[in-house]
Amino acid sequence: MSIDMSQFHQVFFEECFEGLEAMESGLLTLDMGDIDSEVINTIFRGAHSIKGGSGTFGFTVVAEYTHIMETLLDEMRDGRRKVTQPAVDVLLGSVDCLREMLTAIQNEQDVNDASVAKHKSALEVVLNGGSVPEKLATPVEQESVKEELVINTAPEVAQEEPIESQEQGWKIAFCPYLDLLKTGNDPVRLFRELNELGELTTIVNIQDVPGFYELDPEECNISWDLKVVGDISDDEIKEIFNWVEGDCEMEIQPLTKTVKAASAEKKNDSEPVSVIADPLPSPPAAPVEVKPKVAAEAKKSSAQDSDNEAAKATTAKASSIRVDTDKIDTLINMVGEVVITQSMLGLVGENFSMDKVGQLKRGLAQLERHTRDLQQSVMNIRMLPISFVFSRFPRLVHDISSKLDKKIVLKLVGENTEVDKAVVELINDPLVHLIRNSLDHGIEMPADRVAAGKPETGTIELKAYHRGGHIVIEITDDGRGLNKDKLLAKAIEKGLVEENNLLTEKQIFELIFMPGFSTAEQLTDISGRGVGMDVVRRNIQSLGGNIEIISELGKGTTIAIHLPLTLAILDGQSVAVGEETYIVPLVSIIESINITERMLNKVAGKGETFRLRNEYLPVIRMRGIFNVNSGNPTKSKEGVLVVVEGQGELCCLLVDELLGQQQVVIKSLEANYRRVEGVSGATILGDGSVALILDVPGLVRFSVR
Amino acid sequence: MAQESENKDIDQYHYSKNLDNAVQYLSFALGKEEYGVDILRVQEIRSWEPVSRIPNVPCYEKGVVNLRGSIVPILDLRERFNLSKAEYTPLTVVVVLQTGDSNKTRIMGVVVDSVSDVINVDKTEIQSAPDFGAKVSNEFINGLVSVNERMVMLLDVDKLLKLEELDQDES
Repeated sequence: MSIDMSQFHQVFFEECFEGLEAMESGLLTLDMGDIDSEVINTIFRGAHSIKGGSGTFGFTVVAEYTHIMETLLDEMRDGRRKVTQPAVDVLLGSVDCLREMLTAIQNEQDVNDASVAKHKSALEVVLNGGSVPEKLATPVEQESVKEELVINTAPEVAQEEPIESQEQGWKIAFCPYLDLLKTGNDPVRLFRELNELGELTTIVNIQDVPGFYELDPEECNISWDLKVVGDISDDEIKEIFNWVEGDCEMEIQPLTKTVKAASAEKKNDSEPVSVIADPLPSPPAAPVEVKPKVAAEAKKSSAQDSDNEAAKATTAKASSIRVDTDKIDTLINMVGEVVITQSMLGLVGENFSMDKVGQLKRGLAQLERHTRDLQQSVMNIRMLPISFVFSRFPRLVHDISSKLDKKIVLKLVGENTEVDKAVVELINDPLVHLIRNSLDHGIEMPADRVAAGKPETGTIELKAYHRGGHIVIEITDDGRGLNKDKLLAKAIEKGLVEENNLLTEKQIFELIFMPGFSTAEQLTDISGRGVGMDVVRRNIQSLGGNIEIISELGKGTTIAIHLPLTLAILDGQSVAVGEETYIVPLVSIIESINITERMLNKVAGKGETFRLRNEYLPVIRMRGIFNVNSGNPTKSKEGVLVVVEGQGELCCLLVDELLGQQQVVIKSLEANYRRVEGVSGATILGDGSVALILDVPGLVRFSVR
Repeated sequence: MAQESENKDIDQYHYSKNLDNAVQYLSFALGKEEYGVDILRVQEIRSWEPVSRIPNVPCYEKGVVNLRGSIVPILDLRERFNLSKAEYTPLTVVVVLQTGDSNKTRIMGVVVDSVSDVINVDKTEIQSAPDFGAKVSNEFINGLVSVNERMVMLLDVDKLLKLEELDQDES
């Protein structure tokens, strides 16, 4: 009897990716110079179980590859080999490579053999005690996306290659797959960018180009041998090819004497271009003519591509959830309790007489408690530790800081804080953006830091904690801080703020959330395009959260994100307005005050304010804003003021009376109806009727109009 | 009794008409007028129950109710069609209709005076509604059909319920 192994594949992949994550974080700790045999053991165990699993499932490529890693790690573990920086780098690269392989297998695609072979040989070199080849290309296996057709990829004109083997530079064999163009990538753009870096010479291989009639203009049958001369780091080269990594075979080598022979050989292979009828309209400009602007645009668009990819990756994620067995046990216990209570109540009800009322009440109270506990346990299942998001950041910081030549350590605090699964999934992108910002703009170059009397190594702290019904995520850096004057000047220059407007510090910091606002002097691929912060804020607001900035020039910046713990249930205060009931989210309520009409002050005959401890707050009459006519109107003479906070502004809601606090399940109004201003959703009350949940920030905005 | 006559109707129908053209409509009354909606769009028929009012929406959008856990808006068709208002009684009926395209369906309830009948209509017998000019809006009316000498106005459910979106754009 054969067992269908494929049913276990999903679990295997999940385990592998978990193992890889563990290996990665282990390697990064090693990277920091802290060599601990326990850490090496963890990495080793990760590799070992991946090897075992892939062997069992017949993914021999993976198994073979991991075997080499394992051998290397084994030697490190036994102390036969010293842990060196290059070795760790190679291992990190291998982790990436393994992840690509597994993703490819998971998506039933072919494994990128070339990349695997390269990593493998790098590993072997380390293993054999040789020095590590410095440069490693790390192609990513990506799902190719069909996008717009790019026409203007006519063959490049072959150029005579000046052979100067002593020069610094890179030789790149770039062999795109047929569908490169369909993914929206244009090789010409790449070449232009390469040309920005240094003198570029291209050799076109067109031996694979079919005859005119078989030719499909959407396919890229051409490959190139490129040579860039100049003092260029491999990261720069890789960055350019970042977006085509999955769509081509590529080899990047430092320029050495062998180049001469190799390229000469290649040149012989390629036929003269003129032999072939030019099948495509308008050959593009030669790479030399490129203006910097174009390159910048290309960079920008490629960065946008990456954003899209990131978005796609999150949506494509299987929505399964791994739950702690403890949580399930608690849940089962709770259900048991409910069943017991139910049978107890059943017993009471069977021969009911008035003397059993006390028993009945006790039973009902118990049932209520158990239901609430049960609800909490079920909600708990959706809760994941925030480390699911945080764990990716050490690598990000490691990569970017080395790219920027900055020394930065990332401190993670409160990784075990639990948040709703939906929040975990959606908070990742905004956080990546904010961290990149801190890395790029926040932390200064080491020299500047020393000059400013700060330690050379910058610190970014990522902290999560619970406060009230919210989870707060703080990103703190000890970098240069926000320059208020510069921000204000920029805002005035862009016409976002009028010149004589006096803004508070908070309002000035708010400016960076405006679309198109960037004070960065230069664009980098990491950040500074002025798109982003507005998107970040929008994303966070769509989760029902808000974001605030505290910054001190020269000392650093803290960005705090407040998010609701869960998106499905909220603690609400029900209030009566006329005969209607509304729910005010408890988290937005600061306090409630019994008032009489006389305590309100009219402003210009229209608006009303209430003086709360020397602060005048605007008053919103719920009867007025929601056109409530029912109930006893005289009651509004003596109402209750609910002081609420929405988007950092305080405001008072005048309601008839407070009813009670309860947890409510949020239901969407939009599912069958539409969005209603001032209302964020609806819920069903105990009597089966519907109550609307007030959207406090929305009401504040609405009332201003 | 009613069932018998209905059976007879259907029998007659099967013999005389081409099945491909058969459509069934649920007819209901608004004042003295009779309307019909495609029966496949009808999810259920309920009695009127108090709704939770939604602030700042057109008066014909009466509010929302809890329909087995989902929030469903209720429209008053009399007010929608600018007919005289009627008191809601326990006999007032809410017809719950489905609308929307393949990727998203939504349900809404419409308040009518009473539900009358299920009528079999031959597609070929449906006449297009005459144009009354600007005075009478017939934008929701798909066509007219006569059943037993009575005229029934057939409503286009999608158009009837889609107006929401237009309102939204305006506001």
